[in-house]
Amino acid sequence: MNLQFAQAWTALLQSPLFGITLTLIAYQAARTVWKRTRGHSLANPVLVAIILVAAFLLIFQIPYEDYQNGAQYISFLLGPATVALALPLYRQAANIRRAAWAVIACLITGSTTAVVVAITVTTLLGGSDQLALSLAPKSTTTPVAIALSESVGGIASLTAAFTILTGILGAVAAPRLLTLLYVFDQRVRGLAIGMSSHGIGTSRALQDDPVAGAFSGLAMALNALVTAVVLPLLLATMPWMLDLSP
Amino acid sequence: MITGFIVLLVCQLIGDFTVHVLDIPIPGPVVGMVLLFVVLQLRRPGRESGVVRAADGLLRHLQLLFIPAGVGIIQYLPVLAGAWLPVIAGLVISWLAVLLVTAGTGVGTLRLEGRFKRRGGRAAEGAT
Repeated sequence: MNLQFAQAWTALLQSPLFGITLTLIAYQAARTVWKRTRGHSLANPVLVAIILVAAFLLIFQIPYEDYQNGAQYISFLLGPATVALALPLYRQAANIRRAAWAVIACLITGSTTAVVVAITVTTLLGGSDQLALSLAPKSTTTPVAIALSESVGGIASLTAAFTILTGILGAVAAPRLLTLLYVFDQRVRGLAIGMSSHGIGTSRALQDDPVAGAFSGLAMALNALVTAVVLPLLLATMPWMLDLSP
Repeated sequence: MITGFIVLLVCQLIGDFTVHVLDIPIPGPVVGMVLLFVVLQLRRPGRESGVVRAADGLLRHLQLLFIPAGVGIIQYLPVLAGAWLPVIAGLVISWLAVLLVTAGTGVGTLRLEGRFKRRGGRAAEGAT
């Protein structure tokens, strides 16, 4: 009886059903926590859900591969979700045209800064090439960051973790920091949050102000495109960035 | 709704295919996003159309889709523990740099543009 139970348990853990169910339960629980705390920045649903799933796997000593058997189907949807980002972009088409020059200027300086500073700081402090390349696309929206990281030689899961950490950092700290710096133009606040902290930052900006939210979503969408071009371009033209390790 | 999902998947398929054929380091879904943007501009779908509902549905639970990849960090805990300084410093410093540079660029550009427009306006008044 006990043996049968153990066999059934192992079979269950290895079926796709397990990973999908665990992820959905953790997500729903995290959303409840988020609502109960009235959207406290630290109760970010992604962060809480990841901690819940990771704790479950570590406590019951379940290999990540078993979880991934089902979870991969959820990750798969990141592809079509990235395509779906065209919708907010389409809705903001008129706004893009009106503030076009500011948006273009911010895209160029912001995306370049993200890549150059992330790679140079990481390698200067002794991080490996792989680590630096995994950090380089972390300000873009997660599906794009993962894809970019893979295409330049980083580690996709690490990049996902860095990107989510970056987004949470932005959702928690960016609005207050911008206020401290006397940046009150909601368009600029949105651009800065979206460029640095992608979707998670955008959700916070949307709560604060509709204009900031719209510009944040815009910056996030366009930054994904620009970084996809800028990252490989900078790596090709400035390969010395990776040779700074002491 | 199903048609909407088909449109999203076909855009991604074409994007993936294009990226493979041209061998460019841009993710297929990003090319798919540009493609869908063009399609939306041309077709101008209503709020109730399949594409809009499928896209809105996916984006509403975008956070859910990040969870498996984020959980993957547990495989790399030894890497992170071994290199916490470059990771934390690289992440926080570059995040801060992007925020400051973007805010500075935005404020600067809008101020410059405002000055040009005001000057242009005055010149036009003088001409009349």
